[in-house]
Amino acid sequence: MAIMRMRDALREALREEMLRDERVFLLGEDIGLYGGSYAVTKGLLEEFGEERVRDTPIAESAIVGIGIGAAMGGMHPMVEIMTINFSFLALDQIVNNAAKLLHMSNGQINVPLVIRMASGGGSQLAATHSHSLEGLYAHFPGLKVVCPSTPADAKGLLKRAFRDENTVIFIEHTANYGLRGEVPDDPDFLIEFGVANVVREGTDVTLVGYSGSVHQAVRAAELLEQQEEISAEVIDLRTLRPLDIDTVVASVKKTNRAVIVEDAWRFGGFGGELAAQIMERAFDWLDAPVARVACKDVPLPYNRNLEFHALPSEEDVVEAVLGMFKE
Amino acid sequence: MTTDVRSDLMRELGAEQLGRFLYQMVLIRIFEERCGELYTRGKIRGFLHLYTGQEACAVGSISCLEERDKILTHYRDHGHALARGLDPNRVMAELFGKATGVAGGRGGSMHLYDAEKGFLGGYAIVAAHLPLAVGLGVAAQMRREDFVTLCIFGDGSVGEGEFHEALNMAVLWNTPTVFFCENNLYGMGVPFKASLSTEIPKLAAAYNMPAVSVDGMDVLAVYEATREAVAHARAGKGPYFIEAMTYRYRGHSMADPELYRLKDEIEEAKRRDCIERLKGQMMEAGMLDEAGFADIEARARRVVDEAVEFAEQSPQPALDTLFDHLYKE
Repeated sequence: MAIMRMRDALREALREEMLRDERVFLLGEDIGLYGGSYAVTKGLLEEFGEERVRDTPIAESAIVGIGIGAAMGGMHPMVEIMTINFSFLALDQIVNNAAKLLHMSNGQINVPLVIRMASGGGSQLAATHSHSLEGLYAHFPGLKVVCPSTPADAKGLLKRAFRDENTVIFIEHTANYGLRGEVPDDPDFLIEFGVANVVREGTDVTLVGYSGSVHQAVRAAELLEQQEEISAEVIDLRTLRPLDIDTVVASVKKTNRAVIVEDAWRFGGFGGELAAQIMERAFDWLDAPVARVACKDVPLPYNRNLEFHALPSEEDVVEAVLGMFKE
Repeated sequence: MTTDVRSDLMRELGAEQLGRFLYQMVLIRIFEERCGELYTRGKIRGFLHLYTGQEACAVGSISCLEERDKILTHYRDHGHALARGLDPNRVMAELFGKATGVAGGRGGSMHLYDAEKGFLGGYAIVAAHLPLAVGLGVAAQMRREDFVTLCIFGDGSVGEGEFHEALNMAVLWNTPTVFFCENNLYGMGVPFKASLSTEIPKLAAAYNMPAVSVDGMDVLAVYEATREAVAHARAGKGPYFIEAMTYRYRGHSMADPELYRLKDEIEEAKRRDCIERLKGQMMEAGMLDEAGFADIEARARRVVDEAVEFAEQSPQPALDTLFDHLYKE
């Protein structure tokens, strides 16, 4: 075990997988000489050379398409899209080619590809640079969607992504890059997809989050315990596709209440899907309607006060929980 | 009748190879005409884009490839599949949506695949397969394999950003990619001259890629240009661009009322027909007679008859296979 930041854990995962499998190579904007916009790939160009760490033009669609083609040709590429906001430009490649080729070709062509993207608001980057689109990618059958919240999970899940024969959308919240935590050194340390993590056990309410929102849920749980003597269980989904709904349902059957916390917009978001599945599986156990704490339905403004007013906070989570205990 | 005898190339290829070209073009022609009939009878559904008129492009270019080479193409893909030697029975079965089809009935007309033959798909989003072709080239380089990827697309692709992104990166990374543009003069119904401010080969040349324009109604011209392009790519000299000027006899799809062109234009193109042309050249060279041509037609017709019969008799995909191949284990 070593204490490291999430960006370092991600780099360790890439390094180890590149050493393990020569099919793995990296391409993206500014991942080489610059070291990556969030310094995840720093030093890898020097270690692995230009053939395996490729700086590309600013051309998201072609970068992802080239990754898909290389995967079809027997490689296992990782494409870094600088931020999730630019992935709209590559959406057709992701949705129509990466997600569908296996099924459309009746199993003949698979696309073993890892696409990493930095996500999330809260940095005063204004509306075009502050998206949380985990739920958007989870919408498409054929993709796997991973969104870690801790350095250890980031490493174990990213390493697992390179053992997958399918396209994995790997989404990293920018607020988590500097987060420190214990990370196993074992080169075979993997975290299986579709296994949620019960971050904190509790008995009165279940808080479900993923990526950045897990930390808000944990802080809210602490406040609830200190100030209200309410015991909250916190679940980190870790992967949205596959989704570990069983762990969520088991928790809700114990606590009888569920609050979903996410940075994404509430309307049409992943939280709605989760709420529906909880309702389908645990309706008779619920003592209150499932609550959603999410981003307000508005493009995120630059102004700090306005931005934080739009984004969900731990106070919002506390308030939602308290609402469930009122008559 | 055109009588431009390319005597050197014809002698080099010989009667057998030229006969194969002719047979393949006739097979595609008859296959496509039959597809049109089957569509009106409701046997084939969805979108159907027929390839009649453009046969020389598929046959001339794909004949230059080795078994290990790869092909990516657009959604007007039956001709390319047949030229690559995909089983006509299984291609027709795919159009019928049957379990025996080349994609198990999941792809349909626009999405034919045979990975074992390096036929990596018809792509129905314009220009979306161009970056994939560059990626396959990257894989060839990194795996130290010498396969070439032939990427076939239409003139409609050149307005898409991915066309430019892919050409630029293919040159930057020197990939073994042959870009083959079938210019049939229309992007659906819009004349390409109304959608492009310059000429297509100039776009490739602007990215420092060798580019030629050839008569796509002449299988020998297509073959000659593609052979050069494939040799260039395989030798590690990087990508190569071919524009083949061609013409489709039928509408964009079966739904096309063809309000954008005159019958005269179609008739004029048919006077440059690729099958008639090669037939005439071979007869003039004493490599073929009317009886020989009748034999080729009869052989192709039997293959198409058998394909239709096979497709008719084949089972529907079982409903419990719906979720197959969603993820690879």
